[in-house]
Amino acid sequence: MTASATTTKNRVSHASGGWGSPWVYLVAFLLIGLCIAPAIYIILGGFRTNSQIIMDPVALPDPWVVSNYIDIILGNLFWRELWNSLVCAVGTTVGVVVLGLMASYAIARYPFFGREAMFAYFSAGLMFPMTVAITPLYIMVRDLGLMNSHAGIILPQIAFALPMTVIILVPFLRAIPKELEEAAFVDGAGRLGFFVRMVLPLSASGVVTVGVLSFVASWNSYMLPLFILNEEALYTLPLGVQAFASQWSVDTARVLAFVSLSMIPALVFFSTMEKRIVGGLTGAVKG
Amino acid sequence: MTAEVALLSLPALVVFSTFVILPVLMAAYYGFFRWKGYGPPVDFVGLRNYQVILGDPTFHAALWHNLIIVVMSLVLQAPVAIGVALLLNRKMRGRSIIRVLIFVPYVISEVIAGIGWGLMLQTNGAVNGLLEKIGLSGFKADWLSDPDLAIWTLMIIITWKYFGFATIIMLSGLQGIPDELHEAAAIDRASYWQIQWHITLPLLGPTIRIWSFLSIIGALQLFDLVFIIWGQYVAHTAGTSTMATYMVAEGRMAGNFGYGNAVAVVLFLISLVVALSYQRFVLRRDTEGALTGGNG
Repeated sequence: MTASATTTKNRVSHASGGWGSPWVYLVAFLLIGLCIAPAIYIILGGFRTNSQIIMDPVALPDPWVVSNYIDIILGNLFWRELWNSLVCAVGTTVGVVVLGLMASYAIARYPFFGREAMFAYFSAGLMFPMTVAITPLYIMVRDLGLMNSHAGIILPQIAFALPMTVIILVPFLRAIPKELEEAAFVDGAGRLGFFVRMVLPLSASGVVTVGVLSFVASWNSYMLPLFILNEEALYTLPLGVQAFASQWSVDTARVLAFVSLSMIPALVFFSTMEKRIVGGLTGAVKG
Repeated sequence: MTAEVALLSLPALVVFSTFVILPVLMAAYYGFFRWKGYGPPVDFVGLRNYQVILGDPTFHAALWHNLIIVVMSLVLQAPVAIGVALLLNRKMRGRSIIRVLIFVPYVISEVIAGIGWGLMLQTNGAVNGLLEKIGLSGFKADWLSDPDLAIWTLMIIITWKYFGFATIIMLSGLQGIPDELHEAAAIDRASYWQIQWHITLPLLGPTIRIWSFLSIIGALQLFDLVFIIWGQYVAHTAGTSTMATYMVAEGRMAGNFGYGNAVAVVLFLISLVVALSYQRFVLRRDTEGALTGGNG
């Protein structure tokens, strides 16, 4: 049955493949080339010297120089900024997951007055992307005394991630069968006990999606740290990369090495979590 | 039970209200003042900030650039993304590695993309160097500083950076189309392209419309790439400034917080009007209307 279904499918897709497959691979190859060419340029450029780059901007390293990379790896600037990025991203992710899950659980499973209103209130946040709110947000963070602190990055990022989180998690939590809840009550668990023992494990995949999305958003976030952080010691990688690029603007090779090192964590994270991220975005769009 | 609801929802409500809702309300309030950002705003100027914004040719230019970016993002990214999604939806060797590599531009941060492209597109950078090598010296150009060219350079970078996101969404739409339709058409001897044109594309409509919505809103609020590549002042002379870079340059950077808040309000209202009319006139035919949200 399975075998015959597969054969049919293969035959159909083969028959429907109007262009011969070499073309498909050629197109795919060109496409990949365009996508990764800048990344390759950055990585290879880090292995060259400035005079090599000036002599010929498009060429392989000759000879290969590792000093740019070594200098950065042995210094503490890169690692400090990596750590700062990690603190912000983990803080944001944990906050989004914990607060989002709690609020979504209340909205999804408690029949209280005004829960539709609460859902609408959170959803309205989608209308206010951070770009629009950045100036007043900066003032708010400053008035709370959170300037130049990672909390000043993490709290707003949690707040701006909550609408999407609630929208993704509420349907998820609603889908947990009522019977499970009743069974748990019969066994003497309260709603909160049910939350911890049943809801958390059952909603794990939705939670991971939400977590990955907010982690990536925080990792790449540029505008908010630009407004909130003035002290270089607190810079996250995006700010740090930019500061490094303007500070060493005459030393292109060193900048390229720094940029390519800072690219690695995101690329590793993405290639391991690709299915989650893609699935998460798809789910987010489908509502 | 009320206590439990409060316990569960209050933390999120407080954080959300403090950092999302309140700042937006503050923006609306501060926008009526001439205010340098220190002490309480006292210099009430009514609608004066808004008059200045709406009469400022620099803002008009930024708005015009935003409109170009909105339209060109749709025109450039949709065909590319649909094409790539169709490609990825085929059975082929190495599909999973292609999938990862194609999303590289989308995954790396705006700062990295901006700095990388900024270096490559310099007058003596890699792009011009490559053109010379393959015998196309005639096409060498000042990609970033030539005002006739810079906005198109920006469009190419935007397409490169964000088509991956569009592709992800198109892929999810494609996976929702039942195989039986394609099989039936194939049995009727329809060619591959006939099938895509007459069956896939129409069924992909709702997905395309939702992606367009996200793309339009994103394009209206474009900030990072422009600010990183062109900086706060050059963007205007190069013809790539957007409403958001105008807001930051004239507000925070210039220390005119009342004015910056007023620009934020204008940017928000423009986005809101666009979003609502799009939902009203375009998304309405998709009964599912994921983003309009039955509950929302």
